[in-house]
Amino acid sequence: MSNVPAGLKYVKSHEWIKKLADGTVVIGITDHAQNALGDLVFVEVPKVGRKLAANESCAVVESVKAASDVYAPIAGEVTEANGALNNTPEILNSDPYEAGWMWKMKPNNIADVDALLDAAGYQQLIDELN
Amino acid sequence: MTEKLIFEHSRATRTATAQMPSAAVDVSAIPEHLRRKDKPMLPEVSEMQAVRHYTRLSQKNFSIDTHFYPLGSCTMKYNPRACNSLAMLPEFLARHPFAPASHSQGFLSCMYDLQEILKEVTGMAGVSLTPMAGAQGEFAGVAMINAYHKARGDSARTEILVPDAAHGTNPATAVMLGCSVREIPTNADGDVDIEALKAAVGPQTAGIMLTNPSTLGVFERNIKKIAEIVHQAGGLLYYDGANLNAILGKVRPGDMGFDVIHMNLHKTFSTPHGGGGPGAGAVGVSKRLLPFMPIPVVGKEGDSYRWLDENDLPQSIGRLSAFMGNAGVLLRAYIYARLLGREGMHRVAEFATLNANYLQARLSEKGFDLAFPKRRASHEFIITLKRQKKEIELTATDVAKRLLDYGFHAPTIYFPLLVPECLLIEPTETEDKETLDSFIEALCAIYEEAKKDVAYVKGAPYTMPVRRLDDVRAVRQLDVRWNQPAQTHG
Repeated sequence: MSNVPAGLKYVKSHEWIKKLADGTVVIGITDHAQNALGDLVFVEVPKVGRKLAANESCAVVESVKAASDVYAPIAGEVTEANGALNNTPEILNSDPYEAGWMWKMKPNNIADVDALLDAAGYQQLIDELN
Repeated sequence: MTEKLIFEHSRATRTATAQMPSAAVDVSAIPEHLRRKDKPMLPEVSEMQAVRHYTRLSQKNFSIDTHFYPLGSCTMKYNPRACNSLAMLPEFLARHPFAPASHSQGFLSCMYDLQEILKEVTGMAGVSLTPMAGAQGEFAGVAMINAYHKARGDSARTEILVPDAAHGTNPATAVMLGCSVREIPTNADGDVDIEALKAAVGPQTAGIMLTNPSTLGVFERNIKKIAEIVHQAGGLLYYDGANLNAILGKVRPGDMGFDVIHMNLHKTFSTPHGGGGPGAGAVGVSKRLLPFMPIPVVGKEGDSYRWLDENDLPQSIGRLSAFMGNAGVLLRAYIYARLLGREGMHRVAEFATLNANYLQARLSEKGFDLAFPKRRASHEFIITLKRQKKEIELTATDVAKRLLDYGFHAPTIYFPLLVPECLLIEPTETEDKETLDSFIEALCAIYEEAKKDVAYVKGAPYTMPVRRLDDVRAVRQLDVRWNQPAQTHG
């Protein structure tokens, strides 16, 4: 069973997003997504300063099976990227919600986060896929 | 058993005299300071060692000449030996690419006829044979779409639409040419989502890249509708010819409304491929793209043939290689087409489709799940092991590896990405029923093995020169360099 922590928000393209105390948000891909992709061998994260629209393709995760785009759940500007993923993409498999975070962003409108799926809503989505 | 590297057979002073240069080479034209001071590190082996080493390596080949090779989307069909023999005639082999057209009339007439045959088979207005392989054919195709819009002053058209069931190289090609890519979803039956397409087209649409039959192994039933929507929006239609085998001589991309097509002659027209080429990615175009074709193209004036170049096609996207594609591969494709004739082409499509549907129906009866059970297969079809993975942890990789032990090359796995744990199986028209039946038996036997002891299947292959490779580590820590051990003098 995939881990879907409560307290995070989700989008149907399998990213999670979390509000941070300083008004920014942190984004990654879900446990279900990393599990479906298999062992990751390459991760590309967006550059700091890049302005993203909601649902814009801005990162890539690649396993031996497949390469997939990762989308910005909401609009905003990238403030930090997880450089550790360059050399150790496997942390995204082992710890998708903590060490495997992908990028942080200053949202155009923080309220956009609230409109996304909660844990129960995302759980229902992946149950339907299975 | 693994074979040692040729360097590991090396012993100082051993030589193979037959392969030595017969005379000293004059290097006086190379300035002194650019000449190497040390001897190059070459393996020192006897002639017999060299022969045995390479013979043993050749015996490890897993190829269409030795095994059934149902690699989906790759069309690994038998390559008739006649094509090879005729393309190797000394008059073809000895022709220099710089030979004047007056000395090349035979070769040029073959190429001209091949252009004409391909025009007829695809329903296009013009064909250029010059792209070196499929990827370059795609490149040429999208470059022509760009050139067309540019020539009309329609410079805002920079977006290429790509259905998520399209061939994987399509988005890469569009990006290489500076276009942005928008993905169009596929519905549950494997057709393009028409409403999503309607919403996506606009004044930014340069074109759409489609494979038909798609990589899902089904024919896109709404193709006429798609052509209408994209054309009305001002975009062009690109046909990826990866799956042309299924419709050869039956349905013509030109009649479906496509403006440009690339053909993998090394697949559909049965020249040797796999292992990186050489390929041949001829492109066909509709009337409006004729001025933009890559050069050279073969033209005919009266009874003589000549190369058409920049002077004849001033709006051409240009040259794609030093000469004009892989001449030897194009010759093989030409001979193949002539051997088949019009009726033979129809049989290719019929038997490719019959073989795929036979395999699909039998495997379904045996309890394998089809990805699109309601659809008839084209030349290939998809099995999904989603259920088996859930029930007994059996994955597509496990089945693929175990098939090698049974003497079959694995089908394509984990492609298309839309279908979990999938095997994409393309038997081609050249396999007989006995081979197809033994493949079915092997898949059933592997399933039975897995039900009893899945760990055993996960340990496969057992009979190959190497066992299961760690493909993740191979990518993360790629190291293919051989380090010379400390010198030993015997």
